[in-house]
Amino acid sequence: MTMKTYDKPAGLRTGALLLGALLLPALTGCGTQNSSQTASGDDNTLIVFNYGDYIDTDTIDMFEEETGITVKYEQYVTPEDMYTKYSSGSIPYDLICTSDYMVEKMIQAGETLPIDTSGMDYYHNLDPVYMEFSEAFDPGNKYSVPYFFGTVGILYNTEMVEDEEELESWSVLWDEKYRSSIVMENSMRDAFLVPLKWKGHSLNSKDKTELQEALDLLKQQKPLLMAYLVDETRDMMIAGDAALSVIYSGDASVAMEENEDLDYAIPQEGSNLWIDCWFIPDSCQHKENAEKFIDFMNRPDIAMMNFDYVYYGTPNLAVKEELDEETQEDPTVFPPEEVLNNLEVYNYLGAELDEYYCQMWKELKSY
Amino acid sequence: MNKRKLLAGPYLVWAAGFIILPLLIVLYYGLTSAEGGFTLANLLAIADPIHLKALGESLLIALGSTLISLVVAYPLAYILSKLKGGKSGIIIMMFILPMWINFMLRVLAIQMILSNNGLLNALLGFLHLPLQHIMYSKTAILIGMTYDYLPFMILPVYNAMCKIDRDLLDAASDLGAGKLASFRHVILPLSLPGVVSGIIMVFIPSISEFAIADILGGSKILLIGNVIEQEFSLSSNWNLGSGLSIILMIFIFISMAVMNRTDTQEEGISV
Repeated sequence: MTMKTYDKPAGLRTGALLLGALLLPALTGCGTQNSSQTASGDDNTLIVFNYGDYIDTDTIDMFEEETGITVKYEQYVTPEDMYTKYSSGSIPYDLICTSDYMVEKMIQAGETLPIDTSGMDYYHNLDPVYMEFSEAFDPGNKYSVPYFFGTVGILYNTEMVEDEEELESWSVLWDEKYRSSIVMENSMRDAFLVPLKWKGHSLNSKDKTELQEALDLLKQQKPLLMAYLVDETRDMMIAGDAALSVIYSGDASVAMEENEDLDYAIPQEGSNLWIDCWFIPDSCQHKENAEKFIDFMNRPDIAMMNFDYVYYGTPNLAVKEELDEETQEDPTVFPPEEVLNNLEVYNYLGAELDEYYCQMWKELKSY
Repeated sequence: MNKRKLLAGPYLVWAAGFIILPLLIVLYYGLTSAEGGFTLANLLAIADPIHLKALGESLLIALGSTLISLVVAYPLAYILSKLKGGKSGIIIMMFILPMWINFMLRVLAIQMILSNNGLLNALLGFLHLPLQHIMYSKTAILIGMTYDYLPFMILPVYNAMCKIDRDLLDAASDLGAGKLASFRHVILPLSLPGVVSGIIMVFIPSISEFAIADILGGSKILLIGNVIEQEFSLSSNWNLGSGLSIILMIFIFISMAVMNRTDTQEEGISV
């Protein structure tokens, strides 16, 4: 506050000048970068965008070595983050891996390119069962290739749950005797799927009375909850702090390895099957390289390396056949057929219902 | 242009790029609708019962953590200011030291202490005392916020107290004032500027807090900061998020104005 007032305009002008000086090269730099990219469209690179820690990075090195293609590998946290970065247009991503509902939203917006699978050597390794599930968001499997899948279910502590038959219904999450030891998923759609499925509705329900009923049930449940968590759920269950939690199957596998009292169940009313897929966005400048990379990911030895690293369900049949019987029959990783029949893939519900969901979510949190 | 002005250049660029420009962007989004036309709807949305409740909760928790910080910090700062030599330095250091650690890590540490099978319950169990379920409640949020912001209360109050001229206290006792009287008439009024800046330093970050509420409150308690965060990250409704941010800023300006007024008034009285 010691700056005299007559200094201000001069100071501001200096600031504006300097700011301009900073921005100018940035802007022009951007321009030249773009033109050089279109000029050298056939340079041998590939920009891949994936969830964080979702690949064995050795496989990327192997790909570079075998094909001579230079991979620029970028990572993100949530599909929403990915979409924000993609739509800002600052990086021309060639290949992206993300979740089903986001793939669907981008297919509908015309932001994806059809994938040419005719030249692929390992495409036939993909399990037709999961290709069919994928059709829910990508009819004809034209725009996406499944990478990993998983389910949403209940991770429970066998020492704290009285009778494992209780896990046959989502209603266990409304049981007064587990007051303060239930953890719900702190993610909008995953929270609403629980009451929707319990009451026998589709998790893609667009019926507002069904959604309102689900909201009322979640409000009833709130006083019984210990917390709404996502990433902390796993550690909470390993530490034995909670009896029941809604969780992704991948996190459940890790938790069960750390604490033998834990087990995973999908209630009989059904649940969600999520599929993360590779797709080629319209920003792609190296489509052939992207297709080569997808095919490489499906090669049995590479897919096996990634399966070992990520340990989520793989749609690659060649990998599944190589696994020992115990892993093949692990219901947390590969849901058995009778469970699969009750699983549904999320659909993008459209902007209006999206907003309705957000409003309900806020109402629940404020309740 | 002289050299001194040139030295201010980097800061001016910083201020223009990271303070003024973002504020203008917030104002722009807050005062327009998704279609781009001018509207006050985003500001008036604060009247929505959900938003009002969240604002109320934020105010209550912020007031609570400010009050607790003050009650803890004031006597401590008083004692420290009377200590001689290195001792007070060491104790002040002990309060500043945690601030060197990232604030998120400190919140996670609180989580380790308060959780059902955490350190606190291990200690209580060892002493055969009843276990406490503090984690994921408003109490946990309050503890976390107070712990995080306490140094911001101690330091200004301590500084104000250290600046009090010893001669004034000697004069007070020479003129027959007892300990209580000299505290009330000398120390209290002269330490008030420190208290005021302490309150501002604690109250303002507390009212817009959302990360602590998520981690220690288990996302069960919706504060106004959480509402704004949801509008940006989940609902992608930047207009509403900005509108509510403007309302929150207005609240902060009002509280600062009130505090500054009492500050200058008190100074007027004490002089």
